[in-house]
Amino acid sequence: MFYREAGDFKTSYADDSQTFPIRFDRLRYYAVIAVAFGIVPFVINDYWANAVFVPFLIYAIAALGLNILTGYCGQVSLGTGGFMAVGAYACYKLMTAFPEVSILIHVLLAGGVTAVVGVLFGLPSLRIKGFYLAVATLAAQFFLVWLFNKVPWFYNYSASGQISAPERTILGQAVTGANTTASAKYLFCLIILFALAWLARNLTRGTVGRKWMAIRDMDIAAEIIGVNPLTTKLSAFAISSFYIGVAGALFFAVYLGAAEVGEAFGIQKSFLILFMIIIGGLGSIFGSFAGAAFMVLLPVLLKNVLVGQLGWATDLAAHVELMIVGALIVIFLIAEPHGMAQLWRLAKEKLRLWPFPH
Amino acid sequence: MPDQLLYAIEAGLNGLMAGVLYALVALGFVLIFKASGIFNYAQGVLALFAALTLVGFQNGQIPFAHLLNAIFGTDLHEFGWHLPAIVAIVLAGGVMVLLAIVIERYVLKHLVNQAPIILFMATIGMAYFLEGLGDIMWGADIKKLDVGLPQGINETIDSVTYNAFGYGFFIDNLDIVASVVAAALVISLTIFSQYSKQGRALRAVADDHQAALSVGISLRFIWVLVWSIAGFVALVAGIMWGSKSGVQFSLSLIALKALPVLMLGGFTSIPGAIVGGLIIGMGEKLFEFFVGPMIGGATENWFAYVLALLFLVFRPQGLFGEKIIERV
Amino acid sequence: MKKTLTAIALAMAAATPAMAELVVPNLSYRTGPYAPGGIPYADGFNDYFTLLNERDGGIGGEKVANPECETAYNTEKGVECYEATKGSGALVYNPLSTGITYQLIPKVTADGIPLYTPGYGRTSAANGKVFSNVFNYPANYWDGASVAITHLLSENGGDLSGKKIALVYHNSAYGKEPIRTLQELSKKHGFELVEIPVDHPGQEQKSQWLQIRRDKPDYVLMWGWGVMNAVAIQEAANIRYPMENFIGVWWSGSENDVLPVGDGANGYKSLAMHGTGMDYPVYADLKQYVYDAGKASGAGDQVGSVLYSRGMYAALVISEAIRKAQELAGTSAVNAAQVRDGFEALEITQDRMTELGLPNFGQAFASSCEDHGGPGNAMIQQWDAAAKKWNLITDFIAPDDEVLTPLVMEDSAAYAAENNIAERCN
Repeated sequence: MFYREAGDFKTSYADDSQTFPIRFDRLRYYAVIAVAFGIVPFVINDYWANAVFVPFLIYAIAALGLNILTGYCGQVSLGTGGFMAVGAYACYKLMTAFPEVSILIHVLLAGGVTAVVGVLFGLPSLRIKGFYLAVATLAAQFFLVWLFNKVPWFYNYSASGQISAPERTILGQAVTGANTTASAKYLFCLIILFALAWLARNLTRGTVGRKWMAIRDMDIAAEIIGVNPLTTKLSAFAISSFYIGVAGALFFAVYLGAAEVGEAFGIQKSFLILFMIIIGGLGSIFGSFAGAAFMVLLPVLLKNVLVGQLGWATDLAAHVELMIVGALIVIFLIAEPHGMAQLWRLAKEKLRLWPFPH
Repeated sequence: MPDQLLYAIEAGLNGLMAGVLYALVALGFVLIFKASGIFNYAQGVLALFAALTLVGFQNGQIPFAHLLNAIFGTDLHEFGWHLPAIVAIVLAGGVMVLLAIVIERYVLKHLVNQAPIILFMATIGMAYFLEGLGDIMWGADIKKLDVGLPQGINETIDSVTYNAFGYGFFIDNLDIVASVVAAALVISLTIFSQYSKQGRALRAVADDHQAALSVGISLRFIWVLVWSIAGFVALVAGIMWGSKSGVQFSLSLIALKALPVLMLGGFTSIPGAIVGGLIIGMGEKLFEFFVGPMIGGATENWFAYVLALLFLVFRPQGLFGEKIIERV
Repeated sequence: MKKTLTAIALAMAAATPAMAELVVPNLSYRTGPYAPGGIPYADGFNDYFTLLNERDGGIGGEKVANPECETAYNTEKGVECYEATKGSGALVYNPLSTGITYQLIPKVTADGIPLYTPGYGRTSAANGKVFSNVFNYPANYWDGASVAITHLLSENGGDLSGKKIALVYHNSAYGKEPIRTLQELSKKHGFELVEIPVDHPGQEQKSQWLQIRRDKPDYVLMWGWGVMNAVAIQEAANIRYPMENFIGVWWSGSENDVLPVGDGANGYKSLAMHGTGMDYPVYADLKQYVYDAGKASGAGDQVGSVLYSRGMYAALVISEAIRKAQELAGTSAVNAAQVRDGFEALEITQDRMTELGLPNFGQAFASSCEDHGGPGNAMIQQWDAAAKKWNLITDFIAPDDEVLTPLVMEDSAAYAAENNIAERCN
């Protein structure tokens, strides 16, 4: 009824090529953003921030990054955890070396450092494809984790090799350290996520994104029509790693506050983020958000229902939780292999015709 | 001979032995990848699950005891019997076949023709599920696995090398047994796939699904077959690793050891898995021996991957992989 | 999405337990790679509080609730558990994970909740001047390292010069803790230290033990956890390393670590900061009020094991601290800040331990504003494979504070400088 192009006249090219061409869609997105910025920060408490919102926002950034590489450019990577570690350690070194510089700049610089590392490990992608590449990125994962564990310079020679984030402020509000309020954490991550998602959306529908997709769909054909595989693949690695690095920096500095590389950025993290984009939908910005929300919320929800609601023993609940998560993943892949984004697209198609399907 | 050389040989030999164990896990991956194009991440968890089941049967544990106790308030723990190892192994093998049937029926059948990455993810989902199931069935505590395999230093090799070179080599008896078993397994698998009817069907499916279907080979039967074999291989791997360290969660992480082996050997080649395993095993032990002390040790986790990566840059399909031919 | 959120909100509303109880959350791990260590500890912890509730009606007349939260030894889940339980009036945390401890130190300090980490966590938290809310008495990692060396000194007539000692450690924050102490001690006593890292999870240690076989260190120390322990002991038995020269930290000295190895583990030594086994009067009460009443935590098959005893010991110290807090505050319904004061003023004497039914189980200690670390004494226990039992072979051995105190000061000062913490207690 409301969700349709009919009657929504465009009078300029800019109007015509905007991100959300349907008015209802546009308004709804504005409403979501208004709630996210205007209401949530005032009602959020420590539990919701630390258990749900902050991890969701940070994982969404990482998922966006991986989606650029895997979903748009077709290069499967299992090195996400390692790249997040690069972001986290870069951020830590910068924070402690230049305490007077704003944390925002450190976070972005950490992303930049990760981009450089990402390009380095992206080089083999010019030769290696498919699963071989996926397993090859594991080399990055394990090597980086080992490196940060082994070289004391990275953790400022602390006795145990843990890094912990000192307090840093923006506009007088602490955003890292123990005294950060829930809303400050939330807003800091939200602003970065908003900016990066906006950037990703526009990158993927411009020339760069089209080149990535050409490479993904068939690299030889793309090469023939004049897409340079070297710059295209490496740019995907660079930008993807930038996102993942920023996510890693936030994960360490804002969310955890202290991190140990093997624990926080191990291989499990790489799989988790890959899950997010596959469940959410490859090659979709919305999918990155949906997947991150699904994988963050589901365990918390299951735990609360099984332990809190039904009063099960925690170990039984944890085992059942694993089984349910596993089964849901399989069921999801069987029901809709293209992820939540595809469900969303189908729903929108249906809506467009509703209530007159013919 | 100089000491350093002797040490290197010892490290290399042990690497070869470890490589055989890696190859054993990699073998399970290759079988499934060949027959169904699935990169089965759950192989490690299959090994854990198989070993848990084996120990459970052997000690007469009641499956799901904890869950039953929690729900019905009963106090069940054990049946009170103690099965001989061989019976338990056969029973555990049976469970793996059952599992293969379930997986085929409820998962694979519905995922025919999906992109490889989706299938890969589905196996990770199964890995989670099995991990939870294994724990809930048999409990998460560490269990001793004893099927009567010998352990400890091999005295003969020790004394022979000591008399010859003045330094006794350390070779673990368990490793020797594992190598023999792995070799026997590979030979019997090869014979099976070369000379039996089912084996030929399996190879036909691996070559071309559609052509195999059109000459009347049941794809579903082949899948059950191949997952059963992979389950059996996992059981063997589980026994070997489990005898070493007890059966507990970490057993499932051996899958990570097999991935570089696969990259190196190629996803589709059984000899590749063996040769890859040997190269990786020896490479990482020698690297740890020569370079490890200089850069702080614990290099084994990543070195295997870097070694495989270097190989791949020169040979993108792995050592024995099928040549990648791209057409536009 | 909306539905999920509502469901969670509902679930959480229901999860909040009734107030007016003493809430001591148990952040345990009964799943994942370290579950074999987490299960007995959590059971011992729970059972002791159940005993207090059933026998004495709680502490000072207030029942104790210990909601359990599964962390799987994972720091993120640890944070989630912390946030989920702290709203319910949690009085103290004991996460049994060095990683989670590091995470929680700044958080508990900001929230004013005490953190009790006996024998693990951040060693320099022993300095109460910097770490106001963290307590790690009666002993910590550096104490352990020093006690092990002192034991070796006494075995060698007070001289270790020219000896070679290898440290096999879990390549993580936990495993790296003792390195600096051992380096200092090696300078002082003139022994050579070889550091041998083992990566998580430690399933495969052939290279490490071949190196030990070649290098022939006189002694091997181990800082391991989880499957790494059993594999290391197995490999040591395989290369026929003399077991009596192999000493593990207290986290490498439970039944789980030696039983899978069988006879090969005979003679293996480990540190112990408390007694073990069931020869203590408290077990009569536990049997009467907890086990026989069907109220035992978990499967109830861990009773009397080393890690069960340790969980029980932690619960005992916490309950004593709460008692002290009630005494200081003059009310039985204490809050987290009062419990923190209780921890700081806590003194446990041998007489008190005897009263509690655990004579000579743990050492006597007293805490103060500056000292949150206790005396740091530890005993050595040795495994008897035939009897399947740990035997204590020494009395409590004191660590070398001359070496340790400067290290603690240095590390805590670095932490204070990094986080702008002003020293207390002046």
